Amino acid sequence: MRRLSSFNVVSLTLGFAFLYLPMVILVIYSFNASKLVTVWAGFSTKWYGELMRNEAFLDAALVTLRVAVMTSTLATILGTCAAYVLVRIHRFPGRTLFAGMTYAPLVMPDVILGLSLLLLFIGLNVDRGVLTIVLAHTTFAMCYVSVVVSSRLVAFDASLEEAALDLGATPWQTFRLITLPIIAPAVISGWLLAFTLSLDDLVIASFTAGPSSTTLPMKIFSAVRLGVSPEINALSTIMIGLVTIGVITASLASKRAALRRAREEKAADRG
Amino acid sequence: MRRLILIAIPYLWLFCLFLVPFLIVVKISLSDTALARPPYFPQLDLTLGWQGIRDFFAELDFENFVFLTTDSLYWKAYLSSLKIALISTLLTLLVGFPIAYAMARAPEEWRPTLMMLVILPFWTSFLIRVYSWMGILSQNGLLNAFLLWLGVISEPLTILNTDIAVYIGITYTYLPFMILPVYAALEKLDGSLLEAAEDLGCSRTSAFWLVTVPLSKQGVIAGCFLVFIPAMGEFVIPSLLGGSQTLMIGKVLYEEFFSNRDWPVASAVAVVLLLILIVPIMLFQRNQQKQQEAEE
Repeated sequence: MRRLSSFNVVSLTLGFAFLYLPMVILVIYSFNASKLVTVWAGFSTKWYGELMRNEAFLDAALVTLRVAVMTSTLATILGTCAAYVLVRIHRFPGRTLFAGMTYAPLVMPDVILGLSLLLLFIGLNVDRGVLTIVLAHTTFAMCYVSVVVSSRLVAFDASLEEAALDLGATPWQTFRLITLPIIAPAVISGWLLAFTLSLDDLVIASFTAGPSSTTLPMKIFSAVRLGVSPEINALSTIMIGLVTIGVITASLASKRAALRRAREEKAADRG
Repeated sequence: MRRLILIAIPYLWLFCLFLVPFLIVVKISLSDTALARPPYFPQLDLTLGWQGIRDFFAELDFENFVFLTTDSLYWKAYLSSLKIALISTLLTLLVGFPIAYAMARAPEEWRPTLMMLVILPFWTSFLIRVYSWMGILSQNGLLNAFLLWLGVISEPLTILNTDIAVYIGITYTYLPFMILPVYAALEKLDGSLLEAAEDLGCSRTSAFWLVTVPLSKQGVIAGCFLVFIPAMGEFVIPSLLGGSQTLMIGKVLYEEFFSNRDWPVASAVAVVLLLILIVPIMLFQRNQQKQQEAEE
């Protein structure tokens, strides 16, 4: 085994300190009894209590969750369709335009996407609210899902699908019994990605939200514009905690699945 | 038939909710500001038939784009966004390269964990990651308290609400975008090439510049574009960490639309921003294609 040189150890240590220290500090100071940033006045959970009593935040959190669940589900269905079309169907009129449209939202600045959708909704006279945010989020999230799913679709052998078709399965049966189980991990990560993108978005939601549909990032943004707030520290700690638990659970689950697959393959080889 | 439906659903979705809205932005950028609801003129009136369409096109002009060049606020904002995005990209590369390099040199069994540690911040809220720096950089923040305690400075530095805070914010939030492609390129690098260079009399440093750097070039280029392109249109970081003098075009667009309610000018700002970004986006695409071809 190669030993790491001291230069490399230093850059890893400093690098990860840079990545994690700001968040660690945020978590520590969320338990600070004082309202001031630099003064440590003892351990306290009062900001969490205050947060729980703040109904505006709870309402915003509910709106955000509703938007995120609807967005990720819609975006997963549409994104998987788009990926399937792009990878498996090579010829149809307007394919170049379609490929461009699934790629462009990935690199388009949020402010432009938000502005253009707002102008569309105003032009159509649609009342802005949860629904318009979902439509907007789905539009960019489906493109991310499509990238994730198509990388999996490219990697697997299309002859498996052809074999199923040759053996008399209908295209729908082939998709359900062959394609879907193979791309399932990518579809699930696509869903999770769309979910976090939607939870996280501030700019597009601010453009497309109505007066009664403030999302959590919008609420946080207007609160922190004026400076550091201990309640937001508490809220951030809860969000960081949830994400950490989620990511660790997901990676453990995928590791377990990989181990089981390896065992099954071994058993199949022996049998 | 089924195939047609499969194509039509995502196609129509993107057509109606991505392409059409974008065309509306282009159209409004060519219209005039008006004190009306909606606040621009002309409106396309299809009830008049051909005559209406002809009148509509006759009314369109490039006035708003001319306005962008005459009012110094806008071109200053474009130039300053360009400057901030370039400097931040460079800083991200300077911070990210050594980390990616060390990750690629680390023992193989550590690498999945290191990768997860780089990706984990991606899943936490972007807004919170930017916000976390407000308490660190402010006048009575932790960094100043720490430096004062060390005795390095005698009075607190003003970092928050300056361009420096924006550089730090962009470097911090986009760092994983730089590390991942650079790491991917460095990991593939064959260690025996470096040994060969050293055996042939190359010093460690020159082996790094002559072997490692050229072979990781594509990863570096990809990382730089992945940071530069979104940094150009950034809105959250300059609004939270930047000051009133920090001009970035994303912020100008947002304010033009919501505070001044000047839709045609906001649309023209958006169109020009996209025109500026098309060049790096195309270059990025070409770089990715080259990389793919090299792998095949």
